[in-house]
Amino acid sequence: MATLELRQVSKAFGATRVIHGIDLAIDHGEFVVFVGPSGCGKSTLLRLIAGLEPVSGGAIEIDGARVNDVPAAERGLAMVFQSYALYPHMSVRQNLSFGLENLKTPKAEIARRVAEAARMLRMEPLLERRPGQLSGGQRQRVAIGRAVVREPKIFLFDEPLSNLDAELRVQMRIEIGNLHQRLGNTMIYVTHDQVEAMTMADRIAVLKDGRLEQFGRPLDLYNRPANLFVAGFIGSPRMNFLDGALAASGPDGAGVVLKAGGRIVVPCADGGLTPGAAVRLGVRPEHIAIVENGAGDVALSVVLTEQLGGESYLHGNLPSGEALSVRLHGQTRVRRGDVVGLLLADPGLRHLFDAQSGLALPMRT
Amino acid sequence: MIGAADIASFLGRRRGRGALHWSDWLAYGYLALGVLVVALPILWMFVSSVKSPRALVENDPRLMPYEQVTTPAPDGGRALNVFVWTRPDGSRTDVAFVGPRGINARVFELSAPQTVFEVPRNALTRKEIIQPRWQNYSEPTFGATQSRTFNFLRYFWNSLFVTVVATLLTLVVNAMAAFALSKYRFRGRDAMVLVIVSTLLIPPTVILVPLFITVSSLGMLNTLWGVIIPAIATPTGVFLLRQYMLTIPEELLEAARMDGASEWKIFWRIMLPLSLPALSVLAILSVMWRWNDFMWPLIVLTQSEVFTLQLGLSTFKGELNDNMHHLLAMTVLTLMPVTLVFVFLQRHITTGIANTGLK
Repeated sequence: MATLELRQVSKAFGATRVIHGIDLAIDHGEFVVFVGPSGCGKSTLLRLIAGLEPVSGGAIEIDGARVNDVPAAERGLAMVFQSYALYPHMSVRQNLSFGLENLKTPKAEIARRVAEAARMLRMEPLLERRPGQLSGGQRQRVAIGRAVVREPKIFLFDEPLSNLDAELRVQMRIEIGNLHQRLGNTMIYVTHDQVEAMTMADRIAVLKDGRLEQFGRPLDLYNRPANLFVAGFIGSPRMNFLDGALAASGPDGAGVVLKAGGRIVVPCADGGLTPGAAVRLGVRPEHIAIVENGAGDVALSVVLTEQLGGESYLHGNLPSGEALSVRLHGQTRVRRGDVVGLLLADPGLRHLFDAQSGLALPMRT
Repeated sequence: MIGAADIASFLGRRRGRGALHWSDWLAYGYLALGVLVVALPILWMFVSSVKSPRALVENDPRLMPYEQVTTPAPDGGRALNVFVWTRPDGSRTDVAFVGPRGINARVFELSAPQTVFEVPRNALTRKEIIQPRWQNYSEPTFGATQSRTFNFLRYFWNSLFVTVVATLLTLVVNAMAAFALSKYRFRGRDAMVLVIVSTLLIPPTVILVPLFITVSSLGMLNTLWGVIIPAIATPTGVFLLRQYMLTIPEELLEAARMDGASEWKIFWRIMLPLSLPALSVLAILSVMWRWNDFMWPLIVLTQSEVFTLQLGLSTFKGELNDNMHHLLAMTVLTLMPVTLVFVFLQRHITTGIANTGLK
């Protein structure tokens, strides 16, 4: 069993505050991904959990015990670094057994666990080599193996795949997923890649500027983003935002008058906003359908079409000058310069945000 | 491993593929000059170290070790020098020189030792053969003179002890300081580095007297520890190692910490092995410093049983006569260990650097 709880954890380097009071509770066996743009504090947060940096405020609890003052060596966690940080002067076998030697594990037990990890990660032929003689993917596996043999309470991954090429990244993603299935340990994984986050996580913590924007299951983040930032960050291509003003609410939900022209209804409460307040409508590119010019909610003049065969992307401008992207299934005949009408998603797939605070207006159920 | 072909291609490097460019000539000329400047004195010392005492006193400028031929005296006294006598008619005979008489020399022909006659001295030239005098080496090390004034083996042992122990301690102590000053963040760290490095500006002679008083009051005069301990901590070593350790990625240490290693273990198992190239450099420097050190041992050591080799060598230069032949031979011997260490560690440095390629 290993649970992790952060209570109002904050971190400052000198006068610069990089983490502003984060609360987070992670259950045993969960795969949690910290995601956010670079500089959002996700790596720092991981290092605080690891014990490589002291916290400036708040508490970190592992299995209910406060570990703020427990040194990294004694927290019983294992970490995979972005640069792998393999010991260059030791063979792969020594790299794997170094941590166990420090724990005074009996020799036979070390040999057994190293053999086990080597078999699991398919690196038995590499055991006597030095890290310098391995390829990037092999080093990555050794780094993971070094964490696995320790049988830690919690695995910490700090952007472990960012140095690999695209193909290898997909492969390692699957391997890490399998590893989590097999070991059932709690894992915390830091990445700036939202695709990695969506595919691997049980729950995702979206961070921005040292604050937790939203913490939840991947599809909840996709379907019910809590604010403009999460809405824009999760999903690819990113969500379109259209400026508008709140009109009177009707029985179907809140009415919105778009700057681009047209009136639209979003099935959500007005969230205490008065009619006329500035709002932003969020619509994902994949939820927009095209119709003939003149029909639909708004008109789009296409400036670029991307044909990928299985799907197509239209990029264009609305009458208001706002840019908008559409993702279509299959292939399209629309060309640059065409003007098409758009159906802005089913009402239930529309999102409405308070333009001032950025918060999502609560949907009606 | 380096093969003969590699060396040949290394030595034969040139600009382009064709004939030697003028810049090749210039480069090789410059390099040859450098080799001569560095190697000639050492070569000259080695050549001179097997010359006879007479050749050294006379400053014989010839390269080879010429020695005068001698013949046993007929009366069993000391050996007589052999000369070539050129008769007025131009024919030559080997004669043994018995003694001078005025401007003439009393000699006898080797074939007729009984007939001693006089010849003009300027009709005699030395009869010489090329013969290295290896006794220059054997006499002070194993011979009769060894026990009296110059105990080579004892001095060698003293020098060896001082060099090895001081170098090991230097490496450990300086590496510890460098580790702390490069990998830990604490208040005043940079100021401390500055203070350590700035001690390089103080000439050693300035602190000679205070250092002597300190060592003396610690009761370390005339002990080898009195030579070793003051020499252990060096600003050069700390600075050199610190600069190198700064390049070792922080993540390696963090990985070791996550692996449950204590700071002590990180130092021995991670930092030291990874600093090997810099440690080799410092080891070479330290070996040369300690082995060649003369001034400080001269002050601390006054009894001949604790002399180092360098002090021992100085005993050959007496007030009244110099044993140049012994001095040169022993200097060659003294030079050998440092040269060997240098050759060995030099190779170690290159492999060390090759192994550190991290990513």
